[in-house]
Amino acid sequence: MPKNVLKIAGQEFSSRLIIGTGKYKDYAQNAAALAASGAEIVTVAVRRVNISSPNEPMLVDFIDPKKTTYLPNTAGCFTGEDAVRTLRLAREAGGWDLVKLEVLSDPKHLYPDMEETMRAAKMLIDDGFKVMVYTSDDPVFARKLEDMGCVAIMPLGAPIGSGLGIQNKVNICLIVEQSSVPVIVDAGVGTASEATVAMELGVDAVIINTAIAEAKDPVRMAKAMKHAIIAGREAYLAGRMPRKRYADPSSPLAGLI
Amino acid sequence: MSLTILINGEIHAGIPVGISVGGLLSHLKLPSTKIAVERNQAIVSKSAYETTNIEHGDIFEIIHFIGGG
Repeated sequence: MPKNVLKIAGQEFSSRLIIGTGKYKDYAQNAAALAASGAEIVTVAVRRVNISSPNEPMLVDFIDPKKTTYLPNTAGCFTGEDAVRTLRLAREAGGWDLVKLEVLSDPKHLYPDMEETMRAAKMLIDDGFKVMVYTSDDPVFARKLEDMGCVAIMPLGAPIGSGLGIQNKVNICLIVEQSSVPVIVDAGVGTASEATVAMELGVDAVIINTAIAEAKDPVRMAKAMKHAIIAGREAYLAGRMPRKRYADPSSPLAGLI
Repeated sequence: MSLTILINGEIHAGIPVGISVGGLLSHLKLPSTKIAVERNQAIVSKSAYETTNIEHGDIFEIIHFIGGG
């Protein structure tokens, strides 16, 4: 049986759930959800400091980057140059080089611009970053990104923030089968069962933001997601029974009175 | 005599001549350990805060981590 740890670019994690830090009511609720989820990695954004109110609460005051791995993203970047500039600043602020690259396109569906994603990934890798890359669920691009040196391939399950669940299981399975770096479903999960479905397909981890942050009780949903990820992973490792077209009694037919 | 610079897209006038990046951050009351600074599109490393002096017309970006997906 494979060792049950998630290994990204040499770093080991015991939780296979990565949570976002956007859309929460406040950072305190975000921190409580993180604790309930058991996640060890959080995605974060890089933005300008509000110069006029330097005492505003900061994310690092609620979620300690020494205890939780920060994964800075490039949300809002539309070119390779923007992504590199943003992540260089993130590297300076945090001092780490594991990053999440996402170069988006049309705000309506937020699909990744794959041409620009490929260009940005190359620029970042050349600059010494370890790139976890948000990608369409296209096995051809996934292969190209892995060959280029990305440390994790992160196909979308459904559009960002849509909560529609895994739309193309066949493609996710193809990506899992061909990849030797971790495959992480990034975006699309809406509730616990969908996180389980993703893990049952054999992906290494799932990133969840909106499904937790926009639940009626985010802390409780974070806990549900924790169990869903574990259940899905265990079921994948256990190997499901074959599907059959007809019934097969569980009690023996021999020895009936 | 004072300097005028751009920080995060806003004009800041009256910056004292001879002030360093470290001095500017204290002047703005920003916690230097939680942020990163870019000056004229180049990163200013934390170790260079005190030795980098601000010049008239400098363009600064000062960033931190916020919630995101």
